[in-house]
Amino acid sequence: MKHTKEPAHRGKTDKLDSLLANDNAVSVIVVLLGLLFGTLLIILVGKNPSGMYSAMLQTLTGLDIERGTWNARYIGEWLTASLPLILCGLSFGFAARTGLFNIGAEGQYIAGLTAAQFVALYFPPIPILHWVVALIAAAIAGALFGGLVGWLKARFEVSEVVATIMLNYIAFFLSRWATMQIPGSNTYKTPSFPASAMLTSNVLQSLTNDSRLNIGFWVTILCCILYWFIIEKTKLGFELRATGYNKEAARCSGIKVTSRISISMILAGIFAGLAGAIVALGSFSYGRVLAGLDNYGFNGIAAALVGNNTGLGTFLAGLLFGMLASAQPLMQSRQIPKEITWIISGLVVVLISLRAGAKLFLAWRAKNKVRMRMEIQTASGASSSEDSLNSGNGGQKHNG
Amino acid sequence: MGSFATMIPSVLMIVAPILITAVGGMICERSGVVNIALEGLMSIGAFTAATVHYFLEPLTPLSIWIALIAAFVAGFVVSIIHAFASITLNADQVISGTGINLLATGGTTFLSQVFFKMERTAPFRLGMMPGFSGIYPTAWIALAIVIVAWYVLYKRPVGLRLRACGEHPQAAASAGINVQKMRYVAVLLSGGLAGLAGGCLVLTETIQYTVNTINGAGYIALAAVSFGRWKPLGVSAASMLFGTAVALAIYMVNIESLRFLPSEFFSVLPYIITLVTLVVFSGRDYAPRASGQPYERGGS
Repeated sequence: MKHTKEPAHRGKTDKLDSLLANDNAVSVIVVLLGLLFGTLLIILVGKNPSGMYSAMLQTLTGLDIERGTWNARYIGEWLTASLPLILCGLSFGFAARTGLFNIGAEGQYIAGLTAAQFVALYFPPIPILHWVVALIAAAIAGALFGGLVGWLKARFEVSEVVATIMLNYIAFFLSRWATMQIPGSNTYKTPSFPASAMLTSNVLQSLTNDSRLNIGFWVTILCCILYWFIIEKTKLGFELRATGYNKEAARCSGIKVTSRISISMILAGIFAGLAGAIVALGSFSYGRVLAGLDNYGFNGIAAALVGNNTGLGTFLAGLLFGMLASAQPLMQSRQIPKEITWIISGLVVVLISLRAGAKLFLAWRAKNKVRMRMEIQTASGASSSEDSLNSGNGGQKHNG
Repeated sequence: MGSFATMIPSVLMIVAPILITAVGGMICERSGVVNIALEGLMSIGAFTAATVHYFLEPLTPLSIWIALIAAFVAGFVVSIIHAFASITLNADQVISGTGINLLATGGTTFLSQVFFKMERTAPFRLGMMPGFSGIYPTAWIALAIVIVAWYVLYKRPVGLRLRACGEHPQAAASAGINVQKMRYVAVLLSGGLAGLAGGCLVLTETIQYTVNTINGAGYIALAAVSFGRWKPLGVSAASMLFGTAVALAIYMVNIESLRFLPSEFFSVLPYIITLVTLVVFSGRDYAPRASGQPYERGGS
């Protein structure tokens, strides 16, 4: 945009330009539009949208304004619901930074969940070590599933989109089959986990009035910091981003693109695998034979897209989608169809994809501005109209 | 094998929606647009068909056919979002597809709440009736769609133009083809076919729409497109194979000789086969070259 900025036209129009050029601002606009649309939809079906907002407020603060009561458990449940979304978002974001579309966080999540359940049931119940090993096993399982995709992509140029979708279902059916082999399991659950395997945190529980908030909270925050550090502060992160921006240029400057792609998917898998372990050992006291996809992986994509694939952005967006998810039962008690939250999430992703339109719009405005400048120049009899035409085209190409 | 022969109508019943969706996906990818929203579009079609059929069933005997047309229209209309984002705005085709998939889950359940005050549509009394030798009419619909798709794609000028848009859009444009229009037609058609397939699925396989009705059939169709190497015959064969695997996962309890295998074995088969074939055939030029890449008009 810098090419075409002209002091004479600065003002309202430039503000709109810089707003639309700012990814964070666009994310906020998109979320607000999603909420607005949800509100309109509720009005359309003859319900009172204030119920939706009071449910959201209660999720965020624990404050029930209708009854005038306060319960910190709602905050804890909100954070608990956000953790897997944040981690799956990091998984998507990490791959996206390297130019890969990891639609397979769901499968990597299931792999991690299954591994954690097995360790919880079969590892000797040594305090602390038990759940630490479970988390590590989940990370490894996720890394294997993610790494496989990365390797196939790097070695055989298999499309990671199709490969990850296939692996989602492979992970799902393998998890079902493997979990049902555990003695004492039926078609929906395994025997209970020993207490040493659980991620229970007494401090967090007492702070949030016995919610299910657990050690996974610290793990997630650690992962966000790690994500930021790897991407922004390390040589590896720089090489990953360079690969994402332009694979050929990265290759030419001596970056081992194929190994970077594999590493990126391995790390993406680790984040999603940890999400699986946190749900398995934090929110449940028994292993689950999955009846359907948990969809954390897919909703994590939404979190990463809204968070612009940054650590902090994904964290905040994950909290937003976690809030929408855990506000569902509260909405239902206020006669608001809880599906509205899914519609809002879906709409946000669709709107994010329309963001490309904002770029086209900006390019179009830039072109218009150049044209206006040219007209002013020709009107004032400037002889350099030929030059400004050339520079104008250059600027337009740059934006397009 | 006698028990397998009795399974043929069930297999065809399961194959038909997968095949119809896969043909749509194939047309879409041949024009250069990846349509990952097939799963969600099938859900929308299934919901529409189940709802329309529920309300029209007492009124007219043609209810099923009206429901199928409505399902086609619903898929067609919703895929406008995908077409607009990926063709007009040059957006990332996978993102808008993912968005539609998310939106479909929420939207269909929301509308079920509005119409039926529950998370699923109310069950209709009678679905589609099997015709000659127990085979549902959906199988013939699917067959007709494959033949028409093959004929148009390979024997008509418009098919050649459409394929050119997926191989080399710039070259196609310089030959006077309107690439954007061509891609719009392909995406909307694939949306309509996915919707129709969702309708076929819900009217033959169950009695109501729930969020689990489609249960990955759209993704299986997407896999069938890759496994079938983007060609009508290949896609048909892949759909047959995958449909059979799905059917075996459901009906294998009836087959003595297969009972020792877990049903997950058959469920997972289509996905493993696709993954392996993608690796085996990797590096060869089967996929439309420009598939998944936005086409920027006038960009040189």
